[in-house]
Amino acid sequence: MEISNQIIEKHGLKIDEYENIKKLLKREPNLLELGIFSAMWNEHCSYKSSRIHLKKLPTKGKHVIQGPGENAGVIDIGDDDAIVFKIESHNHPSYIEPYQGAATGVGGILRDVFTMGARPIALLNSIHFGAPDHPKTKSLLNGVVSGIGGYGNCIGIPTVAGETKFNETYNENILVNAMAVGHAKKNKIFYSKAKGVNKSVVYVGSKTGRDGIHGASMASAEFDENSEEKKPTVQVGDPFTEKLLMEACLELMRDNSIISIQDMGAAGLTSSSVEMASKGSLGIELELDKVPCREENMTPYEMMLSESQERMLIILEDGKEKAAKKIFDKWDLDFVVIGKTVNTNNLTLKFHNKVVGEIPIDALATKAPIYDRKWIRKKTKKEKIDLKKLRKITIEESLVKILSSPNHSNKSWVTNQYDQMVMCDTAQKSGSDAAIIRVHNKDKAIAVSVDSSANYCKSHPITGGKLIVCENWRNLITVGAKPIAITNCLNFGNPENEEVMGEFAECLEGIKEACEFLNYPVVSGNVSFYNGTNKKNIYPTPVIGGVGLINNFLKPINHILKKENSSLFLIGKTFGHLEQSCFLKENYQIFDGMPPEVNLLNEKNNGETLLKLIKNNLVLSSHDVSNGGLIVTLSEMAVLSEYGVKIKKPKILTNLFNYFFGEDQARYVVEIEKKNTSKAEKIMKDNDIYFENIGYTQKEIFEIEGELKISIKDLFKINNEWYNKY
Amino acid sequence: MKSSVIVFPGSNCDRDIGVALEKMQFKNQMVWHKETKLPKSDLIVIPGGFSYGDYLRSGAIAGKSLIIEEVVKAANSGCLILGICNGFQILTETGLLEGTLLKNKNLKFINKDVYVKVFNNNTKFTNKYKKHQILKINIAHNEGNYFTDTKHLDKLKNENLIAFRYCDEIGNIDDKSNPNGSLESIAGIFNDNKNILGMMPHPERMVDEIISNNDGVNLFSSLFN
Repeated sequence: MEISNQIIEKHGLKIDEYENIKKLLKREPNLLELGIFSAMWNEHCSYKSSRIHLKKLPTKGKHVIQGPGENAGVIDIGDDDAIVFKIESHNHPSYIEPYQGAATGVGGILRDVFTMGARPIALLNSIHFGAPDHPKTKSLLNGVVSGIGGYGNCIGIPTVAGETKFNETYNENILVNAMAVGHAKKNKIFYSKAKGVNKSVVYVGSKTGRDGIHGASMASAEFDENSEEKKPTVQVGDPFTEKLLMEACLELMRDNSIISIQDMGAAGLTSSSVEMASKGSLGIELELDKVPCREENMTPYEMMLSESQERMLIILEDGKEKAAKKIFDKWDLDFVVIGKTVNTNNLTLKFHNKVVGEIPIDALATKAPIYDRKWIRKKTKKEKIDLKKLRKITIEESLVKILSSPNHSNKSWVTNQYDQMVMCDTAQKSGSDAAIIRVHNKDKAIAVSVDSSANYCKSHPITGGKLIVCENWRNLITVGAKPIAITNCLNFGNPENEEVMGEFAECLEGIKEACEFLNYPVVSGNVSFYNGTNKKNIYPTPVIGGVGLINNFLKPINHILKKENSSLFLIGKTFGHLEQSCFLKENYQIFDGMPPEVNLLNEKNNGETLLKLIKNNLVLSSHDVSNGGLIVTLSEMAVLSEYGVKIKKPKILTNLFNYFFGEDQARYVVEIEKKNTSKAEKIMKDNDIYFENIGYTQKEIFEIEGELKISIKDLFKINNEWYNKY
Repeated sequence: MKSSVIVFPGSNCDRDIGVALEKMQFKNQMVWHKETKLPKSDLIVIPGGFSYGDYLRSGAIAGKSLIIEEVVKAANSGCLILGICNGFQILTETGLLEGTLLKNKNLKFINKDVYVKVFNNNTKFTNKYKKHQILKINIAHNEGNYFTDTKHLDKLKNENLIAFRYCDEIGNIDDKSNPNGSLESIAGIFNDNKNILGMMPHPERMVDEIISNNDGVNLFSSLFN
């Protein structure tokens, strides 16, 4: 078949890329080979636009066992324990088919984690929808939430934390990011690098169907009015089979049969086999007649590009096939030797005893294109908003408005659809700053949180990048965990647009700076470009997933007020920064100005001091101050407790709106029992941090002296209405 | 006491119940569904999860599996059987318990802590609880909406075969405190001989203060009496 320009374009390749393919092959590719190139060279698999920027991120540290480049990152949490984790996007499929798109997003990230020898122990997600009144939002929300729950609940991994946000920037391109966290033995981590010639390449798991063909290429293009037609490129998930596959793989991993293992995710059999061979500097030969197929008459093209779920490729040590097959037979899964490693450095595909495709491995991997795309810096107006010129409102009106808004309403409508308790190690469920998962049978725990702030990143990408790392770091601190490392999911628009590429480059600068300063390395991640429809790009939305460690874990610390008449301290200085705040957005629809400034030194100092307070058993509850400012933080602490607060009027800031709604960073509210306040104050003074005693807890009433008095039952009602009425 | 936990493909609370049983001093064994013989056991537990992926109907395929024949035999000879969540669904599929579990009234999966009231504390499973004691306990299911015919319902009531009913924090039983639409707020029932208990809530999730509470402990310690 002649390869026409039209066919090249349909494969998402540019003409100059095609010329490059011809040079690398020293001939014209056939259609199968072209399909394979398109699968490996698309943005999703090749990271061609992002690679040079990603290289700048800090990826090393004393806890890091494995940084980016493997199926997931691995960190050392002491003894013989390791934590394996990664976040990944499934944005495009979820917009086209919300239930299956979200479900297979969860399935895919789980495979990345158990492929490395870890038993998954927690799932998290970050989901972003369009404006609530957009006609598609409601059904997308329903579909995505039940898809996430449907997969996680069935496979039996608790979904413990996440964020659900609404913003019209996602009207036609929602974001669905899923994160999985697993626990492994430090000396039992499995990698994808192939070793040795003539080793069996084994296909295990589900059969291959025609679903998801070209899924990765679909995810590497913008949407247009014909996006609905792309439905067949969305994969269909089967969590039941994944459960069997997970148990079978973990069982096989108990001994030393596996040389290398790789899940078939994006670009299926193609990317898994190329990845293994490329890392091992080997070739791989596959006999496609042997691939277990779900449908009749599947062609090599379809087999190589299918993204059918719940499949793995394993390279086995000699003589281990029989014992390995027994395990997969027990779990009623296919187990077929479909090829072997060879010393040719080629991907060789045989079908009906003929070679139907042959491509040098390095042409697909190391020689894939890398682009240094043009980008421009963002210019943000630094002007301040003059409150005097705005319509007058009361503090109470504004608080009610924020607490009842879609983005700040209680999210139990969402989280009650996820099994958060299965595995019986969830010590802190979602709703707090971070979830806490006990390490099974150990007296230590990990804390996990995912965070993003598209508005901050849109208005000033460098600062936005720093802010989200800091917020994630703070969220782990508030539950008493030492932050160890992060994974990131970088959701951006079209990288061929200089502004978008600028947002990407600058957000990464910010992330880099904060991660370096806080000693908080990036160990895994994923880039999702082309989020947008018809040239309209989404706000830059990097999502940070952080993991922290709690040693000597006895009881969870959370943000819910615990006792009457205990002291409330505000750690960190309040300047009253309102630009980019919820206050201005929710009350006045003002989206201008700079996000709050980041002072990394204060951030680190304040956080580490709070950790000391917690370690000294002085903290009853704690919460970081983020969106909505001090007053929203306080109401979140009160609303799920039996206690209200009585807060003094500030001495330093005369404008109460600045004081109570300002979103200055590096701040926490901490509840401390009266008898312990002097001990706590001494620690804070010794560590040279700024703090204020802002008031105390009381029964039932949420009160600001002389300004506002409202019962916490009413606050609860206000905070719990939106989802149930939507 | 000796216990066996039946593991089906898709069971996912098997480890949790195993941990709880061992914590409560049971000598526990996991039994794979393809086995045709049960180890000698005082208690057989059918755990929660999604046996066979809930395909066809939750519990339907597991209800026809090889090991289930042995479970039925053991049940008929008086062995204690506990079915939790999917285990309860499976027990209704085998006919060991009457009635069925329909889709939750709100048509969504529900995971949260709810309250249940102990209705019969004069059984092997519940003797350590006080009558009408209120327990805070976790539920996690798509199909927990118990339904049965009037004749059986009357029997459940007259013969004191209702183990637990959903209620609120202070014990009120009404539509508001009924999370899934269950008939008469039923959360768990016994068979005629009261040697079989099926329940939707997860007692194995409530045996550890650090994680939740200890409200499930007495269900397991009752079995030693």
